Amino acid sequence: MNDNIITVKNLVKKFGHFVANDHLNFEVRKSEIFGFLGANGAGKTTAIRILCGLSYPTSGEVKVGGFDIYNQRNQIKRNIGYMSQKFSLYDDLTVYENIRFYAGIYGLGRKEITTKAAMLIKRLDLEVARDKLIRDIPQGWKQKLAFSVAIIHDPKIVFLDEPTGGVDPITRRQFWNLIYEAARDGITVFVTTHYMDEAEYCDRVTIMVDGKIAALDTPSALKKTYDAANMNDVFLKLARAKPVA
Amino acid sequence: MNTILFIIQKEFIQVFRNRMMLPIIFVVPFVQLLILVHAATFEMKNIKVSVIDLDMSSSSRKMISKFQGSPFFIIKNTSFSDKEAQQEMKKGNVDMILHIPYGFERKLVKENSAKVQVVINAINGASAGLISAYSMMIILDFNRELLVDFLSPATLASTQNINVTTSYWYNPKLNYKTYMVPGILCLLVTIIAFLLSGMNIVREKEIGTIEQINVTPIRKVQFIAGKLLPFWIIALFELAFGLIIGKLLFSIPIIGSLWLIFLSAAVYIFVILGFGLLISTMTNTQQQSMLVSFFFMVIFILMSGLFTSIESMPVWAQNLDRINPIAYFIRIMRMVMLKGSNFYDIQESFYSLVVYALAIISFAVWRYRKVT
Repeated sequence: MNDNIITVKNLVKKFGHFVANDHLNFEVRKSEIFGFLGANGAGKTTAIRILCGLSYPTSGEVKVGGFDIYNQRNQIKRNIGYMSQKFSLYDDLTVYENIRFYAGIYGLGRKEITTKAAMLIKRLDLEVARDKLIRDIPQGWKQKLAFSVAIIHDPKIVFLDEPTGGVDPITRRQFWNLIYEAARDGITVFVTTHYMDEAEYCDRVTIMVDGKIAALDTPSALKKTYDAANMNDVFLKLARAKPVA
Repeated sequence: MNTILFIIQKEFIQVFRNRMMLPIIFVVPFVQLLILVHAATFEMKNIKVSVIDLDMSSSSRKMISKFQGSPFFIIKNTSFSDKEAQQEMKKGNVDMILHIPYGFERKLVKENSAKVQVVINAINGASAGLISAYSMMIILDFNRELLVDFLSPATLASTQNINVTTSYWYNPKLNYKTYMVPGILCLLVTIIAFLLSGMNIVREKEIGTIEQINVTPIRKVQFIAGKLLPFWIIALFELAFGLIIGKLLFSIPIIGSLWLIFLSAAVYIFVILGFGLLISTMTNTQQQSMLVSFFFMVIFILMSGLFTSIESMPVWAQNLDRINPIAYFIRIMRMVMLKGSNFYDIQESFYSLVVYALAIISFAVWRYRKVT
């Protein structure tokens, strides 16, 4: 029980009559890469927004990093990072200014920021772009930078909402290397995606269909259970089990 | 506290990196003061007159030349037909018809009184009043000269034993610019503060960065303080800049204390920033925010007492004006700049602004939601 960093029990989120999350139950273990898979509109983003404290659940019990989602939001926020699918760096600030700003509002000191920013820029090979505006650098760089900014304050958990949307395969590869590095440093990674090949990189995956959890296991176990060659087949079998309206 | 500094730093970088911003900050005050102050005037010059002189006497010609000699009137055409003159007025070629009837001079001499008719286009009531007042002055002047011509000095002395002298306080030369500049300065500060704050948070909503801020442990108050302070500083700077231009180009009097002007402005700008922020939190796109801001701004400006006096508005409108922050500030600015009023004189308006600022900013902070 102590190894679970996120616990979700009977989480329900309704928008009017539409049930976006229908009684979700799952646990995320410390330091694992937890994949949250599903088609567009399956309820992935809704769930991740609730876990990050951006949205209230309709009902259910949710604990993130040991803190309660209803009345310990601030403790949660200090311990999580978040990267949304909507791009979240400032277009009109430079690479360095973006890092400084986000580190600053997480409460890091000036000195700490200077050393951290230098380290981060070096690790991402962004030295040439340090003083370039975000709007002038390639999409792939932006995404890698956004991820690094999301974990600038060394959170326990990082939530990534479709972080690799619209990115070429090489950059996606590099991006996953960053995710592995973060996991190796002990950060729990909670990632949503609809690229089924990315599911293979996760320790465990959840597949959501129409607001419900259809399956939760390691990729290899899922492939065995559903007698499939790869995750794509697993997903198609699960999604087809429910007729599309 | 440190967190706020990071936000302030970021906002300043963004404001000044925006290519439109510097021209707006420095050019707008020039344009507003140079154009508006000269254009938005109630002084009437070049009132176009159509003259119908049916008398053709030396007295009628004398009266006409009096109108001609006045800087306010221009004789546009003369005719003998009412119809023609009225046609001219319908076309908008003349503002006024001066009708001198047949037998004007004869009646003056024989009966000691005669009538002329003045017809004024009164679509704009305020300017019609002015035209009427100006013509009265000329006709009175004409009268006085007649008295000198016709009456003996003794009778003259006895008819003029009440003498009214008028002195105009606080604006002795009745300079319209003196009256307009403080009001235009208020507008300047208002527009800058309203637009900057109204467009700001909603812009972060549009580009999605607000989510990124909302997942941080930053407190609402910190975030909003960091957002408002840069605009507050810019707006105060704008006021200082406008005052300098007003002083150098228009030599407007600043009789009261500059400290008092800036103290009131400091509070007033918070009201406007709070308003903008509130709109920003309630809208989802910059376009919506623009339209809502525009709606409030037009009403506030028209009811602010800048162009028309608040005292002549109906009582319900005057009561409604209690929620108009611009009205308070224009009143304070005119009182302090032109009359040299001190804190005691303006305290009612001042405290109203303080209460207003506290109320609207608290409301905006409360309305701003980190969680949906």
